[in-house]
Amino acid sequence: MLPTAPVALLWLQIFNPDSGLANYVLSWFGVPPQKWIYSEDWAMPCLIMMSIWGIGTGLMIYLAGLQGIQRDLYDAAHVDGAGWWAELRHITLPMLSPTIFFNLVLSIIGSFLVFTQSFVMTNGGPNNATLTYVLYLYKQGFQNFEFGYASALAWVLFMIVLVLSALVFRSAPFWVHYEGDAR
Amino acid sequence: MTAEPDLAPRALAVADVAWWQGRRFRHGLGRVALYAVLTLGSGSFLLPFYCLVNMALSTPEALSKFPPDLIPQPIVFANFWEGWDAYYPFTVYLVNTLTITFLSMLGQVVSCTLVAFGFARVRFPLRRFWFTVLLSTMMLPSQVTLIPQYYIFAKLHWVNTFNPLIVPNWFGSAFYIFLLRQFFMTLPRELDDAARIDGCGYLRTLGQVLLPLLKPPLVAVAVFSFVAHWSDFFGPLIYLSDPKKFTMVLGTTMLVSSFGHSYVNLAYVMAVVTWTVIPVLAVYFWAQRYFIEGIALTGVRG
Repeated sequence: MLPTAPVALLWLQIFNPDSGLANYVLSWFGVPPQKWIYSEDWAMPCLIMMSIWGIGTGLMIYLAGLQGIQRDLYDAAHVDGAGWWAELRHITLPMLSPTIFFNLVLSIIGSFLVFTQSFVMTNGGPNNATLTYVLYLYKQGFQNFEFGYASALAWVLFMIVLVLSALVFRSAPFWVHYEGDAR
Repeated sequence: MTAEPDLAPRALAVADVAWWQGRRFRHGLGRVALYAVLTLGSGSFLLPFYCLVNMALSTPEALSKFPPDLIPQPIVFANFWEGWDAYYPFTVYLVNTLTITFLSMLGQVVSCTLVAFGFARVRFPLRRFWFTVLLSTMMLPSQVTLIPQYYIFAKLHWVNTFNPLIVPNWFGSAFYIFLLRQFFMTLPRELDDAARIDGCGYLRTLGQVLLPLLKPPLVAVAVFSFVAHWSDFFGPLIYLSDPKKFTMVLGTTMLVSSFGHSYVNLAYVMAVVTWTVIPVLAVYFWAQRYFIEGIALTGVRG
């Protein structure tokens, strides 16, 4: 939900090797200070942690999906003596599967388009450890002015996203349950 | 008095099992465990926020302390106005951002409403086909069309103006059209028929009959649009090069280069970051019910 770029500044401070919160929390457990975004091994996990903090949108969609499930289904299951596991397995998950599907497709597409985190926090470094596809495309197009190459990269990216989305859409009939209409 | 026959068997049942095996206790224990997990989870999510505000309220001396204070000593509220344009002219950036955000938002609400109404209510040839085409543009990441778009805007001499960031929004966008169209479909057609008999054309039917019923989804679209344009980083980064035309979000990223220099007060930087985050949080809290309703009613069924 929150603007990624300013929030990245905050995370830069949290992952600051000298005075950051991350090292402070680790010190409670007796773990020695880490170099975080300045280390090739840790830079990507740092960006992932930061992205996980921004899951609000997906969460909101799940919440809306959960609220859309009719109460009487649970009442009926309760009468039949279903436990929480049976309710989860046979009501919540099937009824939520369109929402899960929607979030899955969005996050697959979104993952390929990660740009801001790497651009602001590490600029692709250290040693290209956090160089994402779109960041590379941006650098080729708008820093090296290789517009032709960047356009070709964009086409390949589109093909990858298209094929992956198509595969997910193909898998939908096996696990996504649409109440009411047979699609 | 009717409760009396009821009491005896319950007392018996309680006596049968030890108190820690009782249903009430185990239920309560589950509750406590659940709340403990939830508190831990939301606590770790709130920690960065706390960190942000803590740093924004500190003096430079307090910031250099390790470990940091739980509550900054002393608390410096002045950072919020002194830090505002300490390094870059954030008042200019705020005006730029508001201009872009409001014109874009207005454009998206107006154009998407009209197009959604068209798809939901007006009969025209190949309607289903065009709707599928529209939906397929949702699959196309904006980064893919970035270069041809940049090329077109460069030919129009629009680079380094606000136009590339505002004008495209006046031509609709697939996600909002889809969302609004789903809502239009839920309104009974009898409303339109009644309006037509009373002599309304399409536009008056839309404006006076249907739109008043569509307030929640319209607010949802406006809020989504506001947040998206307020937070946009890629667009301004590509199209704006004159520092006087920068947006708030773009301005904050310029502060990154200042990190680590001793003459920069980190608290000022964090105060500016807080300022960019506050409008989004405020709008989100205000409009939360519309969001949920907006998504829930359309059903996220694709």
